[in-house]
Amino acid sequence: MFAGAEDPMYLSGGMTLIPSMKQRLAAPSDLIDLSGLQALQGIEHVESQGGTSIRVGALTRHNDVAANGLVLNQLPVLAQVVSSIGDNQVRNRGTVGGSIANSDPAADLPAALLGLQAVINTQDRQIPADDFFHDLFETALAADDILVSVDFAVPLRATYQKFRNPASGYAVVGVLIAEYATGFRVGVTGAGPCAFRACTLEDALNQSFSPKALNDVEVPDAGFNSDFHASAEYRAHLVKVLAKRAVSDLSQHR
Amino acid sequence: MKVSFRVNGKAHTLDVAPNTLLVSVLREHLGLTGTHVGCDTSQCGACTIHLDGRAVKSCSVLAVQAQDGEVVTIEGLGSIDDLHPMQKAFRDCHGLQCGFCTPGMIMQAVDLATKVETLDADAIRQGMEGNLCRCTGYQNIVAAVANGAAALKARNGES
Repeated sequence: MFAGAEDPMYLSGGMTLIPSMKQRLAAPSDLIDLSGLQALQGIEHVESQGGTSIRVGALTRHNDVAANGLVLNQLPVLAQVVSSIGDNQVRNRGTVGGSIANSDPAADLPAALLGLQAVINTQDRQIPADDFFHDLFETALAADDILVSVDFAVPLRATYQKFRNPASGYAVVGVLIAEYATGFRVGVTGAGPCAFRACTLEDALNQSFSPKALNDVEVPDAGFNSDFHASAEYRAHLVKVLAKRAVSDLSQHR
Repeated sequence: MKVSFRVNGKAHTLDVAPNTLLVSVLREHLGLTGTHVGCDTSQCGACTIHLDGRAVKSCSVLAVQAQDGEVVTIEGLGSIDDLHPMQKAFRDCHGLQCGFCTPGMIMQAVDLATKVETLDADAIRQGMEGNLCRCTGYQNIVAAVANGAAALKARNGES
């Protein structure tokens, strides 16, 4: 169906695509609605050589993730992340896979993918989150790839801190910090053209886990987003502020 | 394209252009003008309806996406002689002035009231973030949602 169309797009919850089409920012020739595919829904526990993961079907809606017992029990940070997306109507309809495939620079889930060592499963391959986000709205997915599910590695502990744009609900900046046996991971969204890992912050936290350990770490603003809402410099500042908040939040959980 | 779904309990089959929004079908094809359109940017929430038991913005759903779905609009909630508890609460608490945003507010409030266990003021404010009102200043809306949720609980407890 995809190959036969001129400029087709896959439609999931449509919470970005349909508003974009209404504003004439997107004009696909054909829409292929995936929402009837049962195989792309649901949440399950998976064990692999890498450890325990929670597999979330691409078409699972944000509110269903937030209310899922397995998520609340083993990966509460994911419930925290999806509960902060948009508003209730958007969370009732928007899907995990749709948000990830779209890779909006201010979307919340990309920070979770990077922080939670996720693996993105398509119909024929597995892509580690570290190789997934390429640039503004650009990912490792080809136009005809279908995102099937995402495996989030269960961390020892994790939290998400977000500076929320009050009008849109998007992250001006969002920082997710997770601890694994192998060390800390820091996923950042909102700051750059796409989500990224803040390796300098990770190194500092691996040496000493305290908000103070981040004091002397430089977060350069080169290439950061700068717009009506926040300058690149301000976003770089927010990365550090939110990372410190995340560290102090995590310190209280132990 | 042919599309079939139920609206307020009644089955409909319609022939619509593929790019028709659900809100247009409700208002223009079915004459259910209680569902409002307050913006072009999917932000205001005035068009909130229930699709398969969930509050969604009908301006951001294509009519064809509602295939086989169950739609409830404000017209399906209560009637003038027998208001839904949430409608009654908005009236009693003066949770509106001009009333334009009210249908969406009420549909969203019913969704919250039926799904959120403890609906305190914070949960109401967070839950109603997708609905904008430009006249009442929200205090009365929060009170209305709290009262409506309590009344709904009481009603469902009795039945």
